[in-house]
Amino acid sequence: MKNLFTFYGGVHPPDQKNTSNHPIEEMPIPEKVVIPLIQHTGIPSKPLVSLGDTVLENQKIAEAAGHISVPIHSSVSGKVTDIRAFLHPVIGKPVESIVIECDGKHRVFKPEKTHVDYYRYSPKDLIQVIKDAGIVGLGGAAFPTHVKLSPPKDVIINNIIINGAECEPFLTADDRLMREYSKEVIEGTKIIMYIMDAMKGFVAIEDNKQPAIEIFKKIVFNEPNIDLAVLPTHYPQGAEKQLIKVLLNREVPSGGLPLHVGVVVDNVGTAYSINRAVKEGENLYNRIVTVAGNGIETPKNIKVRVGTLISDIAKFCGGTTKDLAQVIMGGPMMGIAQTSLDVPVLKGTSGILFFTKNDIIDRQYFDCFRCGKCIRVCPMELFPNALSIYIENGRIDEAKAFHPLDCIECGCCAYTCPAQRPIVQQIKWAKTQINKK
Amino acid sequence: MNEKKPDNNLIVATSPHVHAPINIQKVMGEVLIALIPAVIASLYFFRLYAFKVLFIATASSVFFEYIWQKVNKQPIRINDLSAALTGILLALTLPPTIPWWMIIIGSMVSVILGKQVFGGLGHNPFNPALVGRAFLQVSWPQAMTTWVTPFDAVSTATPLAIKKLGLQEVIPSYFDLFLGNCSGSLGETSALALILGGIFLIKREHIFAITPFTYIITFIIGILAFGQDVLFHVFSGGLMLGAFFMATDPVTTPMSKQGKFIFGLGCGILTVLIRLKGGFPEGVCFSILIMNMTVPLIDKYTIPKPFGVKKG
Repeated sequence: MKNLFTFYGGVHPPDQKNTSNHPIEEMPIPEKVVIPLIQHTGIPSKPLVSLGDTVLENQKIAEAAGHISVPIHSSVSGKVTDIRAFLHPVIGKPVESIVIECDGKHRVFKPEKTHVDYYRYSPKDLIQVIKDAGIVGLGGAAFPTHVKLSPPKDVIINNIIINGAECEPFLTADDRLMREYSKEVIEGTKIIMYIMDAMKGFVAIEDNKQPAIEIFKKIVFNEPNIDLAVLPTHYPQGAEKQLIKVLLNREVPSGGLPLHVGVVVDNVGTAYSINRAVKEGENLYNRIVTVAGNGIETPKNIKVRVGTLISDIAKFCGGTTKDLAQVIMGGPMMGIAQTSLDVPVLKGTSGILFFTKNDIIDRQYFDCFRCGKCIRVCPMELFPNALSIYIENGRIDEAKAFHPLDCIECGCCAYTCPAQRPIVQQIKWAKTQINKK
Repeated sequence: MNEKKPDNNLIVATSPHVHAPINIQKVMGEVLIALIPAVIASLYFFRLYAFKVLFIATASSVFFEYIWQKVNKQPIRINDLSAALTGILLALTLPPTIPWWMIIIGSMVSVILGKQVFGGLGHNPFNPALVGRAFLQVSWPQAMTTWVTPFDAVSTATPLAIKKLGLQEVIPSYFDLFLGNCSGSLGETSALALILGGIFLIKREHIFAITPFTYIITFIIGILAFGQDVLFHVFSGGLMLGAFFMATDPVTTPMSKQGKFIFGLGCGILTVLIRLKGGFPEGVCFSILIMNMTVPLIDKYTIPKPFGVKKG
C-alpha cells in the first residue's frame, strides 16, 4: 500500500455517515424534471429542443457552447412542456431550464456506437465521447471532465488519482458507489489512464470506509498499475490540492492546477460515468445522491435522475419532519442552503441534507481575539483571522497581502472559530470583489 | 451574515453549516483550568493571603468589566470568562500581603485601561493583567516589593532580590524554587505548577509551544552568557508564569510561528538584561509589555507563504 504524506491543518468534524449501510435505491421516474442549462463550471449549454418536442431518455437536449462547456441530456422520456427560468440550487437565482413532463414509457435513446474495446480508439476520440456524454466532475465543482483530460501539449501527466475520500460529513454516495460498482470505477480509472498515458493510478479512500477499502484491496491486487491509498479521515482530505500533497508530496503551485504537477484528479463517480459513457453509450443523466439528516423520515442513498426536484426526493424518502429548518445541497462544510424545495438535482449534487431546528448552529459572532485556531486548521496555510478582520472593515486591498485567492473555501476556519466568525464567507465575498476588478 | 427567512421558513445561511463544539467561553475556561495547579500551589503556600488576593482580583475584574459594559450600553459579556481570567492572572503576579484596595485598583486598570478602552477583548495591544501589575509596581513600589515566606508569612525578600542586592538571607534550594517553596508573588513561585498548566495548554492547542520554548531557551543562553546560576534564575521569579501564560496571550502576541519565535527571543533577551543589568530584580512583566508593542511590526513582516508558494 502507498505510504502517505500529510497536509497542514484540517479539522475532524463528526463524520455522521449514518447512511453508509443503506444500499443504493433507484428512485422511480418522477412526473417531471427540470433540467437547468447551467450544470457545470463554464459556458451555459445551448438548448436543442423547443416547446412541445418529444424527447427520449439519454437524448441530447442541449449542446456545448464552447470548449469549457458540455452538452446536457434528457433524464426521462417525455415532452418538453416549458423552457423558462427556474430557481437554481447553486446559483440561487432563476436560470434558463428545460422542463420535461414524463410519459412513463421509459423509452431510451440508443447510441449509434459504443466503445467497449476502448483501447482500439485514440485518446482524442475517447475525449470526444466523454465530452459528448456531458461528463463533469461529480465531486461537486462540476468542471467539464474533457477539459481536465486535454492538458496543454507540453504537460506530461504521470499520475491519475481517483478521489474516493468523501471527506464531507454525512455524505455516503461515493462510498456506496465504490462498494456496489467497484468494477466500473476501476474500468473508468483504466480508461482515464489510457487517455492520459499515465503510468500510475491511485484510488484514494478515507479509512472510515472499511468495506469499500476491503473491496478495492482485492481489485487492485490484479491491477499492477493501480494502487489503493487508504487515507486518514481528515477534512478536507478530498480537496484535490491536499489529496495530491498527501499522496505524492507535490504542491500544486498557487493559482495553478493539478496538471502543473503532472496529476489529474477525478472523483470516483466521474470514473464510473466515464466507464458507462465509453462502454455503454450512457450519457450523464443520473447520479447517486445521499439523502440524510434528522429532518428527513427515511435517509437513503438513491440513484436519481438529473432534474428531479428535491421536493419529489423528500416524498420518496418518507417526507420531511415537522421541525425541518434547513435544506442543504452538498455536504455540511461546503454545501449550499436552499430557499425552496422546488429546485432540481444537478450533475454535481452529491447530497441533500435536511436539518432540524436543533441542528442549526448559532450564527451570532464576536470580535476576533486572535486565538489562532483558524491558522492552525487552514489547509492552505493562510491567515484567515487577518483576512476576516480586514474584509469585515472593507479593506480589501490590505487583505490581499494575505493571499485570499488561494483560499479553497473548505470552511475549516469558520468551523473552528471560537468567536463563531463567518470567516470563509467573508473570504468568498472578498474573492468575488477582487475578481470583479 | 446573509441570514434571512424565506416564506417556507427554511433558514438560509452560508456554509459551513456545522460548527466545532467550541466558543470563547470554553477557550477561556480551559486556560482557567490550566491555572488550577498554580492557584492550588499559591493557596497551599500562602493560605488565606493567597485566597484574599485571588478572590478580590477576580471579583473586581469581573465587576469592572460588567460596569464598563453596562455604562457603555454594550452587551454584557462577563460570561465569556475573559475578565475572570485577567483577574486570576493579575492575582498571580501580586505579592500575598498587598493591601486589598490596591488589588481593586490593579483590577480596574487591567480591565478598563488594559482592555476595554481599546475596544474590549481582541483589541488590546498590551496584556491586561501585566498592565495592571505594571501600574501597581510604579505607583506603590513599596507594597509591590514586600514579600513574605510561605506558610508562616514572615517578612523577607524574594530570592532574586536577595541575590541582586546581596542581602544577608538564605537563598532557597533549587528544589524549593522549583516547587514554589519560596517567597514571591502568588503564582510566580511554583515552576512545577506553571509548567503543568503550560503543558495542558499546549496539548489542548490553545498556545503554541514555540513561544515559551524560545523564551526560556533564550533566557537560559543569556544567563549563561553572563556567567550566572542558570537553575536559580530559571526557577525563580515570574519566568514560568510569563513564558507560559503571558507571552502566549494570543491577543497581544504575533500570529505566525516566525513571529512567535521573534517575540519569545525578544522577551528572553529583555528579561535577562533587566534582571542582570537593570534597576529591578525581575524583568518578565516589563519585557513582555515592551515586546507587546512590537507585535504589529512583527506581524507585518512575518506573513507566511501559503500552500503552493515556493518556500525559502
